[in-house]
Amino acid sequence: MRGRLVRRVVGSLMTGLTYGAAALAILPLAAILAMLIVKGAGSINLDFFVKSAVPLGESGGGFAYAIVGTLIIVGLACVVGLPIGIGAGIYLAEFGGGTFGFVVRFVADMMNGTPSVVIGIIVWSLVVTPMGHFSAFAGGCALAIILVPIVARTTEEMVRLVPNSLREAALALGYPQWRTSLAVVARTARAAIVTGCLVAVARVAGETAPLLFTAFGNQFFSARIFSPMAALPLQIYDYAVGPYDDWHRLAWAGALVLILLVLAISLAARLVTRAKRHAT
Amino acid sequence: MTDVPAPALEPEVMPRPTTEERWRALRAVSRGDVVYRAVLTALTLCLPAVLLLIAATLVVDALPGIKAMGLGFLVHSEWDAVHNRFGALPLIVGTLYSSAIALAIAVPMALACAVFLTEFAPRWLRSPVATLVELLAAVPSVIYGLWGIFVLIPLLRDHLWPLVRPVLGKLPIFSGVFYGPSMLAAGVILSIMILPYIAAVSREVLLAVPPSQREAGLALGATRWETVWSVILPYGRAGIMGAVILGLGRALGETMAVTMVIGNNHQVALSVLKPGYTIASVIANEFSESVTKLQVSSLFYVGLVLFVITLIVNALARVLVWQVARGSGVGSTAL
Repeated sequence: MRGRLVRRVVGSLMTGLTYGAAALAILPLAAILAMLIVKGAGSINLDFFVKSAVPLGESGGGFAYAIVGTLIIVGLACVVGLPIGIGAGIYLAEFGGGTFGFVVRFVADMMNGTPSVVIGIIVWSLVVTPMGHFSAFAGGCALAIILVPIVARTTEEMVRLVPNSLREAALALGYPQWRTSLAVVARTARAAIVTGCLVAVARVAGETAPLLFTAFGNQFFSARIFSPMAALPLQIYDYAVGPYDDWHRLAWAGALVLILLVLAISLAARLVTRAKRHAT
Repeated sequence: MTDVPAPALEPEVMPRPTTEERWRALRAVSRGDVVYRAVLTALTLCLPAVLLLIAATLVVDALPGIKAMGLGFLVHSEWDAVHNRFGALPLIVGTLYSSAIALAIAVPMALACAVFLTEFAPRWLRSPVATLVELLAAVPSVIYGLWGIFVLIPLLRDHLWPLVRPVLGKLPIFSGVFYGPSMLAAGVILSIMILPYIAAVSREVLLAVPPSQREAGLALGATRWETVWSVILPYGRAGIMGAVILGLGRALGETMAVTMVIGNNHQVALSVLKPGYTIASVIANEFSESVTKLQVSSLFYVGLVLFVITLIVNALARVLVWQVARGSGVGSTAL
């Protein structure tokens, strides 16, 4: 039997250690944000937003096409991925009690765990090779594959939270099941579903690996979805591993813009839920 | 009392529908339901279809490599595109090694975080700290890589390593010259990246521990720490294992940040200071520069190996977390 004092000292020590661990865990976040602001903010000016990437060795240039490209590719991913993800999520919540629902849930989790670079080479093989060239469309497909399982699982969780009494009330009023599901259940969960979608979109917006062999990147402006397209994460990667200080400077600036984009989407997600909470 | 017949108004105004009409009306309602359900089922079927497509494509594209090299591919370590000789041993070892380093650092930290957030932290601090830890998971991989190259590697090489070198320098895992890009840098970056996942799921698990367990521990005279250590953590053991394995799955497949700091060198080395390679980073680096068909196929082959490993790891995590959820009746987003 250890002494009371020893036990108390050990207790306080370990409690202190958990405080330390929590502080240490947040430290990288603070360090990364601080570096992004210190190194990136200085390079953000009008040029950054209106100029394109410059050829090897030249200085100057900006991220204009990369920003537009990211928006287009992520938009494509949403167009392809969100309907499938939301539909599957509603199915899982409303009809997914049986074996099929169980299997799909498991599959969604396995897809969610599939490394994004593997999804990149799959889309290369299925979309880029038959078309003969890299394209923003292929990039959008790759991101959609990442988007779908996340959206499906969060939508399912959110639709499940809708109380059964609402369903029963609508059915008792003579609504058919599909109208109950769409006009009452999905509508009640709408804000939460939107939040889930935004969180998922924020995650795929920063993905780089799946775009390496699909959207590929492009020095020149392109708004055609069947041609190679620049993307913010791709250009950050290229500039970060490149040899020039000027590129490194721009990589930091690009990273700052990317993280602001991701944080803005996440923040919007929180605001949607909050507005909903105030409304009810 | 005379029996006055009730005024039979209703049937005259609104004739009762015949059985046939009723059925038609019912069918009209259920037709919408049938369509609705069919559409949703079709959308849902996309998920298994895509997973099968991923697996099938990997196998088909890896087939030339599998035929040419067989299972020997997994145990050979040369990677020579010019002579068309490929071996994945350094990649597989590197993937497992970097993930092991990441787990060794992240698991204790994440558990301590989860304990802090559920047991020790003052209430007002819990939600903000939890949000910050979750934000860590929102930072894109490429930004971790950028930070790794320009901040973490110089920090490790120029400040931390000289400090601990007199003590640790003689150990075989710390032998050799430390140039910067290395297994260690990859492991540390990975540990930062997987910590929020492990911490979030562990936190859910600890929150699901019934208060009665906690109270029983305290009532027996245990200090709060002793309650955590000998009651709460053992109670959530299975779920915490699930969280750790989930984190492992993330670490195995992480690509960009690792590619940027690991040094990209096909070799098997014990020392964590040496550069290495992982499956994900070799694909990211060499796929678009592949010169021969066999090289592309080899990359699909290692991709298949990675896919199978992460599939097993994630399935294991899922099963463990399910058991916990079933035991306590808790279903949450993280679970």
